[in-house]
Amino acid sequence: MTLLEARKGSRIRILEIPDDRARAQCIRFGIGEGAVVDWAEPLRVGPVLVRQANQEICLGRNLAARIVVEEAAPSAECGPDVRGRGA
Amino acid sequence: MRAEIHARSAPAAGTKEPCAAGDRPEYDLGHAACHGSRAVQAPEDARRIVLVGNPNVGKSLFFNAFTGLYVDVSNYPGTTVAISSGRMGDDVVLDTPGIYGVSSFNDEEIVARDIVVDADVVLNVVDAAHLERDLFLTLQLVDMGLPLVVALNMVDEAEARGMRVDAAELSRSLGVPVVPTVATSRKGFLEAQSAMAEARVGTSDPVLQERIVGLLDRVRTPGEALLVLEDDPFIAERNGVEPQGLRDEIYLGRRRRVNAVVARVVMHTGEGLDLRTRLGHALLRPLTGIPALLVLLFIMYEIIGVFVAQTVVGFTEGTIMQGYVEPLIRQVVGAVVGTTGVLYQLLAGDFGVLTLTVTYIFGLLLPLVIGFYLMMSLLEDSGYLPRIAALSDRMMTVVGLNGRAIIPMILGFGCITMATITTRILGNERERRIATALMAFAIPCSAQLGVITGLLAGAGGLSLTVAYAVIMVVIFGVLGVLMARFVPGESTDLLIDLPPLRVPQPMNVLTKTYRKTVMFMREVGLYFVVGSLLLGILQVTGLLVSAQAWLAPLTEEWLLLPRETATAFIMGFVRRDFGAAGLYSLGLSGADVLVALVTITLFVPCIASVLVITKERGKSFAAFVWVGSVVLAFLFGGVLAHFAERLT
Repeated sequence: MTLLEARKGSRIRILEIPDDRARAQCIRFGIGEGAVVDWAEPLRVGPVLVRQANQEICLGRNLAARIVVEEAAPSAECGPDVRGRGA
Repeated sequence: MRAEIHARSAPAAGTKEPCAAGDRPEYDLGHAACHGSRAVQAPEDARRIVLVGNPNVGKSLFFNAFTGLYVDVSNYPGTTVAISSGRMGDDVVLDTPGIYGVSSFNDEEIVARDIVVDADVVLNVVDAAHLERDLFLTLQLVDMGLPLVVALNMVDEAEARGMRVDAAELSRSLGVPVVPTVATSRKGFLEAQSAMAEARVGTSDPVLQERIVGLLDRVRTPGEALLVLEDDPFIAERNGVEPQGLRDEIYLGRRRRVNAVVARVVMHTGEGLDLRTRLGHALLRPLTGIPALLVLLFIMYEIIGVFVAQTVVGFTEGTIMQGYVEPLIRQVVGAVVGTTGVLYQLLAGDFGVLTLTVTYIFGLLLPLVIGFYLMMSLLEDSGYLPRIAALSDRMMTVVGLNGRAIIPMILGFGCITMATITTRILGNERERRIATALMAFAIPCSAQLGVITGLLAGAGGLSLTVAYAVIMVVIFGVLGVLMARFVPGESTDLLIDLPPLRVPQPMNVLTKTYRKTVMFMREVGLYFVVGSLLLGILQVTGLLVSAQAWLAPLTEEWLLLPRETATAFIMGFVRRDFGAAGLYSLGLSGADVLVALVTITLFVPCIASVLVITKERGKSFAAFVWVGSVVLAFLFGGVLAHFAERLT
């Protein structure tokens, strides 16, 4: 599944970011390959909003459509204080 | 003994080299050939203190507090990015653009990188509430082997969000001094200043350091060696080595270290999303975000379009410049060179460099530019601007751009020249070309808008206004889709982080507005002078009149408008609002107004913006825009005229 297809509010793990620059930038933001994000939300007429810890990132739809993700199990201590860890 | 501050420069990534310099020698920050930057004088043994941080972490507040009023803002040689420098005691303080990492992904990073690699001390400002993001840059600076002090800023905001950050533990983990600060109330500034004496090289990854040491026989500094390992093509080329292809590995390793540090130093005490986060989400979601944006645009229109463009400009342009200054200049020039000669015409005539241009720049342009930069600074500092970019992203992708392009587009309604310069923030040259052309073709600037709305209101009110707006939006869309299809290259995707919503700091907003306005005036003021000089020459030589006669058949036969409309178009070459204003006197009505206004909006951008487009995008692109807008204006205007005639 791609990031663009993520359910609103789902917790997901980023598996693959094909674009070199986007991959590097995502690692800087803390949402690189292997990271788990707390909240993904493809906005209806906009980009995909991704929230991890206090960090909010917007990714354009074309980019989101190329990023491979999977649903991650809800965290035991589910809440905004859960930080997705890098690989 | 005084020396200039030197900084090494490198070719901009993915962009043309703006300076003609063969092997990129050391530039001095002062007398660079490119963008009119000025010298920062400092004693020879001055330390170079460099401020580094992510965007929106309050870095400029530190800079302003450290350096006071005596600050120099200039374009970094060879690039289009403005940097500030100032003095703090015997030391030189350099501010760098906000970046998420040191590399060469864009102009900001290139500039920051080149200033950072030669820093004596780095003050890294981090946002305590966003350490996952900010510490990536911090650890990269540590890995570069730079003497570092970390200002742990916004500790109050982190606490309000239910987080506690252990500064002592952070200092132990990083191996550098960490000073908790609240920049908005200047808390911790003195401590940060004195900590600079204790700046240290932090604790890096031993394996990584071995690799860096392995490169040091071929690469200038440890910092540059790290960047070579991280595949920075420019640093590699500068040192005559190959990029090492390890970026992903190093980045992932650093990310793991960041997460480990964050896990040690951040304690979460609160729960749930706070109000600001919810408000931030509401501004992103179309159902609530679009109405909010419309309200904002309406307020902006009331402030800039009505108050500044009419009330303030009416006073500065009409009362001050035309009422007092111009007559005075005419008198003085007349007394010196006589009132009949060519020289008088050029200096103080209809297009006089000392009359028209001075009035235009100070009476009209300056208030508008200040108004727009003030608005943009407010939006930027409040954190709303990235949300507007996100909200408009999908719409912008239709015309081959991404959401960030909304920023120059909004500025275009103020001044196309100012907006053209702002296209520098876009991801690549393809996007800059599309945005520049779209604005030059289809966005009326504020000078023009005033006249256009006046004419529309006089001629037919609401239905004509709606028709005009719909036609312009359709033209914008069609042109955009065509350009997205045919302009070579590939547009970049939106990938931005959303800063939290904040109440802007008035002083910071004012400083930013002031600096941007000064930069703009310094950069383009000359083009307005050159533009009006060219037109003065056209007028004096009689070419203006013959061009009018030559154009007349086109207006009469093809656009079905009175012969005199040609004058309005010719005037449009000078200033777009002159063009539109010329239509006032013709007493046009109904469909004729629509045809004339659509034609004149599409028609050529003013001379100053053509000159700036030439400077930014090159001669052939400027020629394409100029010729294209003439063809497009008459083609579309004519079709519209004949279509309207058939309807009535």
